[in-house]
Amino acid sequence: MTAPSLEVEGLAFAYPDGHQALFGVDLVVQRGERVAVLGPNGAGKTTLVLHLNGVLSGGRGSVQVAGLPVVKENLREVRRRVGIVFQDPDDQLFMPTVGEDVAFGPANLGLRGDELQARVDRALDLVGMREFADRAPGHLSGGQRRRVAVATVLAMEPEVLVLDEPSSNLDPTARRELAEILLALDTTIVMVTHDLPYALQLCPRSVVLDGGVIVADGSTRDLLCDEQLMSAHRLELPYGFDPVSAGRSTR
Amino acid sequence: MGVGHGSGLHLPGTSLLHRLPPECKLLAVFAFVLLVVATPREQFWAFGVFALVLVAVARVGRVPLGLLARRLVIEVPFVLFAVLLPFVARGERVDVLGLSLSESGLLAAFNILAKATLGATATILLATTTDVRGLLRGLERLRLPRSFVAILSFMVRYADVVAGEMQRMRIARASRGYDPKHLLQARALAASAGALFLRAYERGERVYLAMVSRGWSGAMPVLDERRATGREWVTALVLPAAAALVSASAWVAQS
Repeated sequence: MTAPSLEVEGLAFAYPDGHQALFGVDLVVQRGERVAVLGPNGAGKTTLVLHLNGVLSGGRGSVQVAGLPVVKENLREVRRRVGIVFQDPDDQLFMPTVGEDVAFGPANLGLRGDELQARVDRALDLVGMREFADRAPGHLSGGQRRRVAVATVLAMEPEVLVLDEPSSNLDPTARRELAEILLALDTTIVMVTHDLPYALQLCPRSVVLDGGVIVADGSTRDLLCDEQLMSAHRLELPYGFDPVSAGRSTR
Repeated sequence: MGVGHGSGLHLPGTSLLHRLPPECKLLAVFAFVLLVVATPREQFWAFGVFALVLVAVARVGRVPLGLLARRLVIEVPFVLFAVLLPFVARGERVDVLGLSLSESGLLAAFNILAKATLGATATILLATTTDVRGLLRGLERLRLPRSFVAILSFMVRYADVVAGEMQRMRIARASRGYDPKHLLQARALAASAGALFLRAYERGERVYLAMVSRGWSGAMPVLDERRATGREWVTALVLPAAAALVSASAWVAQS
């Protein structure tokens, strides 16, 4: 049996200023699963994400990525295995051109020459942005930038793809295009989002994080239909959206 | 290279000058400027020859002379001081068009003007025929510390982002009726500058997180390892070689 993609156990963390963000999070994500992490602002979602690749650490509990513990000695490999796509693509795309940016991660892993180029081409193909390799990130649209940000992470061939608010600032078309790209990947996906319909469309399973603990874990549709749970954790469906029928009749 | 990613100064092209590796051009321009500065100012003819050399370089790079002249305007604020020199300097006076001017001041003004103009022209030629990325690569291959190059490249990447934020703040101020008429109202501007600095600082932290998350460990990876050939170096060094000849002749004439 292969180890789960992600195994978070009893994770607790307080920031240096004393603010405690996580109070013992347990979460197991199997290989190939797509899981949405839902929760109100300040629930600890981003703190959890930053633990997955060891950017934050030092609290109690443990994180394992495909069986590998997230500890200092393993950070290099952990960061290859966990690819985080941050919320603002301008933060993620810091190199002068799209191609160089996608190459940044694999080059840090030691790839060079043709092998590196092949990685970059493949990642850009996955998000349909190959012909933009020579462009500057600043000259792309929001949706294109988001797709390139996904490619920068895919180029590292991660075990888990972690997306922080992937649909924010996207127009409906770009949002749908990104969904199609993500659905076509066979990577394990953990997606932090406020966009509940998006969670329903992309992730069969969801967990609700509030007050630094996981308060619910189940099928996304069941969670979204549980009105009591939803209102208790400041989760609200957009006007007119019915999670019971959404996505069923139109197929 | 595709369109749409040039900087404001780069004029895309395929001339010999465009194709030369950036590190050769950087070094050639730097050496040229040093040689111009080292030439004795009394030898007026030498500066004419330097100018002719640059015109020839511009022809090779197919850079229109009009464009070059327009870009030279950037030099104006820096040489304003030189124009004042003939009026304020001491020493023997000469009469020009009824004005009594200092002879040493005139010479100093000519010195500054001529050398600044030649240096600026050479630099503009470099910027016109090399894109920003190329310049950064060139600096890197000339062994400028990688962190410096990385800082420069971040500056290039984020200048537009920060300018965009600044623009949005300006619009937000204007939308709320901010229309400063006297100095006391500048407070909001100062607050905006502070906010802008904080935002840039926070972005820096987020970019750092994104870099660390993709396996960055202190050194930027070298992505392009092509080295300039001996022939390319020789081609580029024609410029400083010509300048060295002129400068040397000027010194001989001087003594």
